[in-house]
Amino acid sequence: MTLSPQLEARFQKILSSYPRGRERSAVIPMLMYAQDEIGSITQELIEEVAHRTGIKPLQVDEVIGYYSMMHRKPLGKYHVQVCTNISCLLVGGEELYHHACKKLGIGHKEVTEDGLFSVEEVECMGACSWAPAIQVNYDFHHFVTPERFDKLIDELRKTRGLE
Amino acid sequence: MPLYNEPNPLEVRILSKRFSLPNSASIDTYLATEGYQAWRKAIGMTQDAIINEVKASNLRGRGGAGFPTGLKWSFVPRNSPKPKYIMVNADESEPGTCKDRLLIEYDPHQLIEGMMIAGLAVGSQAGYVYIRGEYRYLIDIMERAIDEAYERGYLGDNIQGTGFTFHVRAHTGAGAYECGEESALMESFEGKRGVPRIRPPFPAVAGVYQCPTVLNNVETFCSVPSIILMGGANWAGLGTPKNGGTRLFCLSGHINKPGVYELPMGFNLLRMINEVGGGMRDGKKLKAVIPGGSSCPVLKADECDVAMDYDSVAAIKSMLGSGGVVVMDEDTCMVKAAQRIMKFYAHESCGWCIPCREGTTWLKKMLDRFHAGGGRREEIQMIGDLSKNILGRTFCPLGDAAAMPTISFVEKFYDDFAAHLDGKPCPYEAKSRLVTA
Repeated sequence: MTLSPQLEARFQKILSSYPRGRERSAVIPMLMYAQDEIGSITQELIEEVAHRTGIKPLQVDEVIGYYSMMHRKPLGKYHVQVCTNISCLLVGGEELYHHACKKLGIGHKEVTEDGLFSVEEVECMGACSWAPAIQVNYDFHHFVTPERFDKLIDELRKTRGLE
Repeated sequence: MPLYNEPNPLEVRILSKRFSLPNSASIDTYLATEGYQAWRKAIGMTQDAIINEVKASNLRGRGGAGFPTGLKWSFVPRNSPKPKYIMVNADESEPGTCKDRLLIEYDPHQLIEGMMIAGLAVGSQAGYVYIRGEYRYLIDIMERAIDEAYERGYLGDNIQGTGFTFHVRAHTGAGAYECGEESALMESFEGKRGVPRIRPPFPAVAGVYQCPTVLNNVETFCSVPSIILMGGANWAGLGTPKNGGTRLFCLSGHINKPGVYELPMGFNLLRMINEVGGGMRDGKKLKAVIPGGSSCPVLKADECDVAMDYDSVAAIKSMLGSGGVVVMDEDTCMVKAAQRIMKFYAHESCGWCIPCREGTTWLKKMLDRFHAGGGRREEIQMIGDLSKNILGRTFCPLGDAAAMPTISFVEKFYDDFAAHLDGKPCPYEAKSRLVTA
């Protein structure tokens, strides 16, 4: 599998972070950083990570099903994660999630036809004191209102147009 | 970086003292404000003296369990021939909790220094910061701080010519509440599914790679430099007996000024809501408070005149937990709150223990049905009974964490459950809480 120079450098950094003989610790970080670049976790990636860490592809595979941030299918370019857990719920997180689905025309873990957006109802993301909160990919947005949400989505659509 | 919320004059800012400084995360700011001075002091102390200072501080684990930190460190077998590890639990995911984020974002060097002192105390040369996957920006901040510390000679071999060697790396998680549980965290760190290990042995004896490991929460390690500089007894004096120091309380829910505030241990909960949190939103009445993250039994309004330390909150049969104070007003449906919390535990149960895996799923189904009006009176009791059958029957505390709040919701807010029976719609439903301005 050919990796970009950046990802190759990241893999090297990750692998060097653990004691010799403990390369298996690199599995989850490698999958996470690779997924960010490739868009999802492919069979090819599983075999590459298994090869580099000296374990069986099945041992990599069984990890993927466990973690909620690992995906076997590509998400949207902008993955919109809306928290509806208790602190967000109390200030309208659930309504915000329904609003997000309506605005984007998709449901939980679905992707828009143009591949630009996906939406996910997520568990607590650690923004409780600044609720309701969402994450778009790794970026946090706090005190989100439906109006601010719409503005953000419209801006992201425009950004795409300029690329 | 602007602060997430305005500081409050009632705060005692020890751990958060650098948060308002420009470039607070940089090593220059850190060095200019007593940074790495505690490590310098500790390097002249014996291992026992460091541990005794931490014991004297009455510092208790800030992740939720509240175990005395100095005692935990003393369990590490120092003559073990195996390498020893310092492991930071930055998998912050207890609903209601958002403090470790700020400690890493604004002051990552304080965390590194705390880890170094722990390394000195137990004879460890390597530490890892396990950061939840969603906090990628914090991993970037942590890595920059680690790089700076290496460049300036505060990490590496023979640090500042003292003969002390210490290495730190950040490690990303991938989305799993269960990995905040210490043994599951170590499984995950080793590249496996995050299922809990049976204990004993505890991490101090057999932790990461089956080696002796000191595993503490971010805030716990961040407290250590101040303890060494101020002296354990002085630090203890900030709080209440057996509950030393300050802690970061995360106020959320129906209050005017939600935010993260550093307050002395033992600060009164009602004052916290009214004087720090700016009082109830829209002049509504207080109905309930979850005092320390969603795993803690809920408190009724008339139970909230309580000192927020581990022992005082335990005395009223709840827990101080992780510092996540979730405030609910009179318009809050407690069936909905219980349902949403159970949905979380059902989603996050790792599936290893049957009482937790099946119990949380059944409870979620029952609470879904109740909130939709499909409950029957004789089943209210059953929700509590089912929860009690999870208690104490699982490898890790996730089962208890799901059961304890549920038992309290049913016992303390029976009327709310009784108002949802026999096809009646939720009496609170029409009240949308979303701010639209």
